[in-house]
Amino acid sequence: MSTDATTSDKIRCDACPVMCYIKPGAAGACDRYANHDGQLVRVDPHVLLERTVSHGGRLVPFQASGDWDGKLVHEPDVFVTAIGAGTTYPDYKPAPFIVSSEIDGVDMVTVVTEGIFSYCGVKVKIDTDRFLGPETATVRVQGEAVGHVTTSEYGSQMLSLGGVHHLTGGSKKEGRVTCDALMDLSNCKPVEMTIDGGATVVVQAGYPPIVNGVPEERMRVGCGSATIGMFAKQWQGKVDEVVVVDDHITGVLSEHQAGKVLDIQDTGIKMKGRRSTPGRYFQVAEPGTGWGGTQISDPLSILGPFDPKVAKPGTTMLMVSTTGEHAAYYELDDALKPVEKTMPPDLQSSVERIQENCEPALCTVLFMGGAGGSLRAGVTDNPVRLTRSVKDALTRVTCGGAPVYVWPGGGITFMVDVTRLPAGAFGYVPTPALVAPIEFTMRLSDYAALGGHMDHVRPLASLNAGEIRQVTPPPPKTGAR
Amino acid sequence: MARQPQVGWLKDGKRLHLQDGPIDLIVEAQGGREELHAAYAAAIDRFTGLLNELCDELKLLRSPADPARCELQGPVARRMHAAVAPFARDHFITPMAAVAGSVAEEILGAMVHAAPLARAYVNNGGDIALHLTDGEQFCVGLIDRPDACGLMRTTTIRADDVARGIATSGYHGRSFSLGIADAVTVLARTAAQADAAATMIGNAVDLPGHPAVVRCPANELQVDSDLGSRLVTRDVGPLTYQAIEAALEAGKAMAHRLLGQGLIEASALHLKGEIRVIGLQRADANVQPAVLANESMIHA
Repeated sequence: MSTDATTSDKIRCDACPVMCYIKPGAAGACDRYANHDGQLVRVDPHVLLERTVSHGGRLVPFQASGDWDGKLVHEPDVFVTAIGAGTTYPDYKPAPFIVSSEIDGVDMVTVVTEGIFSYCGVKVKIDTDRFLGPETATVRVQGEAVGHVTTSEYGSQMLSLGGVHHLTGGSKKEGRVTCDALMDLSNCKPVEMTIDGGATVVVQAGYPPIVNGVPEERMRVGCGSATIGMFAKQWQGKVDEVVVVDDHITGVLSEHQAGKVLDIQDTGIKMKGRRSTPGRYFQVAEPGTGWGGTQISDPLSILGPFDPKVAKPGTTMLMVSTTGEHAAYYELDDALKPVEKTMPPDLQSSVERIQENCEPALCTVLFMGGAGGSLRAGVTDNPVRLTRSVKDALTRVTCGGAPVYVWPGGGITFMVDVTRLPAGAFGYVPTPALVAPIEFTMRLSDYAALGGHMDHVRPLASLNAGEIRQVTPPPPKTGAR
Repeated sequence: MARQPQVGWLKDGKRLHLQDGPIDLIVEAQGGREELHAAYAAAIDRFTGLLNELCDELKLLRSPADPARCELQGPVARRMHAAVAPFARDHFITPMAAVAGSVAEEILGAMVHAAPLARAYVNNGGDIALHLTDGEQFCVGLIDRPDACGLMRTTTIRADDVARGIATSGYHGRSFSLGIADAVTVLARTAAQADAAATMIGNAVDLPGHPAVVRCPANELQVDSDLGSRLVTRDVGPLTYQAIEAALEAGKAMAHRLLGQGLIEASALHLKGEIRVIGLQRADANVQPAVLANESMIHA
């Protein structure tokens, strides 16, 4: 009998005598321990501070000083985040399904447990003009669909990943892989993804993207046309023609308005592609990972023959990409064919100037979540007032202490730059769903006005500020993540 | 030396919290000072090692119950079997269906045996064993889903009622359900009976083959689940009112049967915001929007 993979993936939890066998991605009978990539980890749904406090748990103050004077908590230097509010120190773990609250006139409450339903995802901005994949193409991790390519933005490709459809709408594996990918991205870990009909890209918040194994270095300085406009004067007198190769708009100095103003003479150049306005060409080549986000490796392939009526032998030409990463220098021979030559130093420095003006290419990851539903009930007995209070800017929403953008419209849907959260701020439950911290900060008087649980408000000093919660480091990732 | 369970007081200082492995108990009693001391000490004493007792017979406890005979030895295990045996002839059920209620009963029994108490309860994750003496009563809140500020219903259990057990089952729960109910709450004579009956009624609230119901073999989720490869409910998508009603009717039919057999005293069935109540004469029909004061899950 051969040992199949699923059997060997199981781990046996020894936290209690039940000794559950736990499969990867699953939790044991207690719902406290789970198998995450072969590691036994504790998993806990996120709960508000209040319950942890009520169970004698510890909280995580960022700085252990000061008292709450009733003003906005954020203003003094102590800010209590929700990170870790749902957990306590090891060995003592109130189960998520125990309800210990007392309600007026009610002695006890019987419940099943939390109904986990998660609306969340990440928006990824990848600073590159390289072709990552067609718009709406499926983005995959470990072969599972986790999201799609969305509309391009300036100098960047955008991915929209996660969301309830991939988390819970597809197969079990799709949900688990999506959850893992979202959590890793949110925790600033690298995730390798492949795009249908496109590239393989490694995304890590705050780091350059790695496209098909090559780390991206810089964003383009501008589109090809903009680059002509920015550097025309520096090229004047040093070269007869400049072509800035770009996937979106390729610029040609001699035809461009900037060249005309500087009295740069026609060179008889003939561009392929569709002319937009003078010196600006669309679609000189297919998108790709070569020069300027096109698929080309030989820039001359975007040129037609020079016009013999205009062109002169000895005409000099610089071809450069919008990042300065690719550049070549040519002179026309007697047959008016461009021949590559060593680039003169002053042109080389203009290429370096383009590079210098390109910002470092980064991946940015915004976690986006909808907090419009259930969690408000933990804050106020009239949840919509919390939403209104947020919209009226009376209540400040933060995520692990980091500022968020709250979408206008219904609910409390927010986005946060994951690099601004402390390490390991995001967790998951095997549902699968992501667990993210969120804090609502407001004046005590406003809190009372929106129906807050005034009897549960406690001074900051009482939050056991001298103690630091122990955090088990997340298990190391296996494989080529 | 036996493993020690976690013992602590909740913040209010009135309620004892006991935890060991998957068992979480909240315990509260009313009585004289010395009596309380003795009762709580007895609870801790009985709780210590209880999980080990159960695990010693875990294999049998996870096997389908024999309706006619019980080979289990431990008192809690035997109580579990007794609670599920009435269902075992016609349905698949294992003693595990009554584990929570049986443990609650065992601890409550130890407390009441140790000292006279006016009233007491042991709440094992929503499966609750009650002790009431003359003139005393409990007010019990029923919530279908704690994450929604949904309906809350209360009911009062008085000393002259026969119910001494409450249990809730549903697919959101830690225990798997074969049905689709958000919550089925049962009042029964004992917590173990309530636990088993809630499981059965919860299983009966179902729409077999309905495309909106996501199911998964239990042993794919937990390798050693007593439910084996039976399909357990993982998610329930949008349902029409007619579908909700059909599922609740199926559950109601089961509940009525159990009521007629004296196995339950009352039941409340919740599915997608719809509620059906069976056998609750004194249904405090004050259904009111309410939220748990300090309990809220965040799933942002």
